[in-house]
Amino acid sequence: MFTQLTAGLNFQGTALGLRAERQRIVASNIANSDTPGYVARDFNFREAMAAATGQGKLTRLAIAPPAASAPRHTAHFAITGTVGPSGTDKAEMGYTVQTQPAMDNNSVDLDRERANFVDNAVRYEATLRFINGYSRTILSAIQGQ
Amino acid sequence: MSMFSIFGVSGSAVSAQSQRLNVVASNLANADAVAGPDGQAYKARQVVFETVPMGSNASSGVKVRSVVESNEPMRKVHNPSHPMADAQGYVNQSNVNTVEEMVNMISASRSYQNNVEVMNTAKTLLLKTLQMGQ
Repeated sequence: MFTQLTAGLNFQGTALGLRAERQRIVASNIANSDTPGYVARDFNFREAMAAATGQGKLTRLAIAPPAASAPRHTAHFAITGTVGPSGTDKAEMGYTVQTQPAMDNNSVDLDRERANFVDNAVRYEATLRFINGYSRTILSAIQGQ
Repeated sequence: MSMFSIFGVSGSAVSAQSQRLNVVASNLANADAVAGPDGQAYKARQVVFETVPMGSNASSGVKVRSVVESNEPMRKVHNPSHPMADAQGYVNQSNVNTVEEMVNMISASRSYQNNVEVMNTAKTLLLKTLQMGQ
């Protein structure tokens, strides 16, 4: 019974961990925006989430259409070139695709990274609010008031 | 909490950019110098950045690997009355390209600001995480 009570919290907790991980990667990209030869990294959040929670759960919770009809993320990241698992469970990191090649082979697009950073920060906060709301719901259910 | 390493990453970038700014300041200050510590005219310096892995491969900081001297030819100015003038009346001035240094300065300052902003955002997020469940 208790696992059912906290299943939603676990899901949001995993999402929060992945968001923190992505925030870290984007921060590294921004930090290395002037390093010659640095290759920007990123990971596909949807796939990382599916790997971290197990497919069955995600298909039940996911509202997003299948990857073929959602070109937004797959077009941005070449997921094929992986270096192995990152700090998270099974999330595979990819390299971002260059839009404007630089002379020093640095593939960081600072505008995109900044947008990614802000976007990820907002989503991180949203996940936090979900957790807060969820815990408040459980608390009021326990207290019965 | 894995997000704490953002401060390490962005901090390393801020420190590297400030070193770059330092080098730019030194170059601009010596733009018209005719003699350096070794008796030769001042040579422009540039920093070389290098990626440093920090913990996992998800976070990588940056550091200044070395400061290299430019090999551009010295600027020759015809001024026979100058005490450092050679037999033909030319004075060797530093090879600093002022326009290049100004661009370098703006770029370094923008990168510095970017990384400070990243740290601020990370701090806000971590503080909100601390208040979780309240």
